[in-house]
Amino acid sequence: MTNRIDNTFSVLKEKNRKALITFVTVGDPSIEDTHKIMNLLVDAGVDIIELGIPFSDPIADGTTIQSASQRALANGTTLKSILSLVTRFRKNNKHTPIVLMGYYNPVFRHGIESFCSDATNAGVDGLIIVDLPPEEDSLLRTIANKDDLHLVRLVTPTTDEERLSIILDGATGFLYYVSINGITGMQVIDEKTIEERINFLRQKTDLPIAVGFGIKSSEDVRMIQKYADAAVVGSALVKKIEEIGEFHKEGELFNFVRDLSETHVP
Amino acid sequence: MNDLTNSADIDYSCFPDDRGHFGIYGGRFVSETLIFALDELAEMYQRLKDDPGFQAEFDKDMAHYIGRPSPLYHAERWSQRVGGAQLYLKREDLNHTGAHKVNNTIGQALLAKYSGKKRIIAETGAGQHGVASATVAARLGLECEVFMGEEDVRRQSLNVYRMKLLGATVNEVQSGTRTLKDAMNEAMRDWVTNVDDTFYIIGTVAGPHPYPQLVRDFQSIIGREAREQCLAQIGRLPDVLVACVGGGSNAIGLFHPFLNDENVAMYGVEAGGEGVETGRHAAPLSDGIPGVLHGNRTYLMEDQNGQIIETHSISAGLDYPGVGPEHSWLKDLGRVNYVAVNDDEALAAFRELTLIEGIMPALESSHALAYAKKLAQSMSSDRSLVVNLSGRGDKDILTIAAMDGIKVS
Repeated sequence: MTNRIDNTFSVLKEKNRKALITFVTVGDPSIEDTHKIMNLLVDAGVDIIELGIPFSDPIADGTTIQSASQRALANGTTLKSILSLVTRFRKNNKHTPIVLMGYYNPVFRHGIESFCSDATNAGVDGLIIVDLPPEEDSLLRTIANKDDLHLVRLVTPTTDEERLSIILDGATGFLYYVSINGITGMQVIDEKTIEERINFLRQKTDLPIAVGFGIKSSEDVRMIQKYADAAVVGSALVKKIEEIGEFHKEGELFNFVRDLSETHVP
Repeated sequence: MNDLTNSADIDYSCFPDDRGHFGIYGGRFVSETLIFALDELAEMYQRLKDDPGFQAEFDKDMAHYIGRPSPLYHAERWSQRVGGAQLYLKREDLNHTGAHKVNNTIGQALLAKYSGKKRIIAETGAGQHGVASATVAARLGLECEVFMGEEDVRRQSLNVYRMKLLGATVNEVQSGTRTLKDAMNEAMRDWVTNVDDTFYIIGTVAGPHPYPQLVRDFQSIIGREAREQCLAQIGRLPDVLVACVGGGSNAIGLFHPFLNDENVAMYGVEAGGEGVETGRHAAPLSDGIPGVLHGNRTYLMEDQNGQIIETHSISAGLDYPGVGPEHSWLKDLGRVNYVAVNDDEALAAFRELTLIEGIMPALESSHALAYAKKLAQSMSSDRSLVVNLSGRGDKDILTIAAMDGIKVS
């Protein structure tokens, strides 16, 4: 079976559409709620789901995701409970790609080999480990690739051409372009910079390119999708979840995500 | 791990490797955004560290601004009282700003000057590194912001005020456990956001490569001086070195120039808090497991799910769940012995040194003193033991007074 991430991007390409990727912190407000939210996201048109693994010291995250992580940890969310959530979700959803996003220590503690096989068995398709640059990721990458898990590499505004070639060497799945120097949930993305950077990346890789950080509204999503293959909405959604607390279809959260996904038209 | 068996054959001056690894420890575990800044810093440091002009500037500041060399003081009265080995104190408490921290901030501020960046940031626990950073920022006319956990701001209010007087902004960190680790998280978030114009002065031998190396190199002046002073005063190398270990910068500074001297034994003293057996402590080398935090692989205090757990120590400067990666390596090699001292024992040592020698040590350094006393008692009087008195205790007076039920206004 081909990896669901590859599959999704190739199907969307045929339809000449761009992807919407959403990030939620697992266990915020509870694991059960995350399960409901995942189904809601799919119904509202989300193409790829990123599940945040909560960590006690999320140095790449702003206050919104920091607080969500703390709530999730207080609920007893662990890597094990996240993987069993994915297993349950997969019973009724065989097609939506799931990417686990988090920090290295919980994964390292779980054990790299067992983590990769457990994740694959649960139905995970990719990993983003924000504090694991290419220099340190060879062990995880080798084992993940054997299990047909993509280890997604990140590119930032500070990445120069020399660095990019190191990042692209071994990159699979898609390339995640972090749109700003900074942490999640910050404001201000500049369209001209995005355009320049994506054009630069396109010359160097055929991998699909997703853009994340600072994308808050359907306008932002539409702008990103003009240039990139996918837009990632994280903090804005996590904030909505914090505010709303009710996650049924036709509710406020559904409408928020529906608005984001309706920008699919190129 | 293949080099673990034969620690006597290792040339310790050759580490870390060019990617910042000490055996399996160290490295660079950070957001991609910071890689270019770390590359830039590593490159600049490699270029400058053997540059005579840079070294001359550093040496000049050490002599005329910090007041180095710091004395090696034979605490004869204390040695007699303890009964055993001769106790020598390396008086880092006499440095300008009152602790060893300034050795490193002078070095990094020079790097900041060469880099052309106009803003420096720093994390601090006890406030000593914050004060040392604010001090060099004032002297060089740089903007300075210090990140400090809310809990530590309360515990170390005198140092907070000192930083403000020196013109620094003190950012009270309210996330997580509100102590040193959270201050470091917040400093790293700031750095990743303002990386183009900001120089991050890390205060200890932790963090991503090249920090553990460059902080060690700047702090190694402690051990180089102590080595010469021992040869001059005792006529030979000391038998034992003792230093407290939080992140471990004062310890590595003392130990490093002696690592290749096989006959010098070394003890790193961690904060045992309420007792290592209670779990309420800050002693990852005594009771932790290797993991990844703040940019490096090292021993950490964490739960079974890899989440970092809260630490406990009377001393804000040791209240940290990790430790510099070189210490983790030295522990596995067996080159340095790591032990723990409880809050109570440290307090007793604080009082004893104050009353017997008229020297008021920082609570951090008091951990080293407490263990040195135990060690000295098991040694004969012709042996010598050097304790790093890493800082002075003035900053801790309010904490001590509160314990005595005295309100100092």
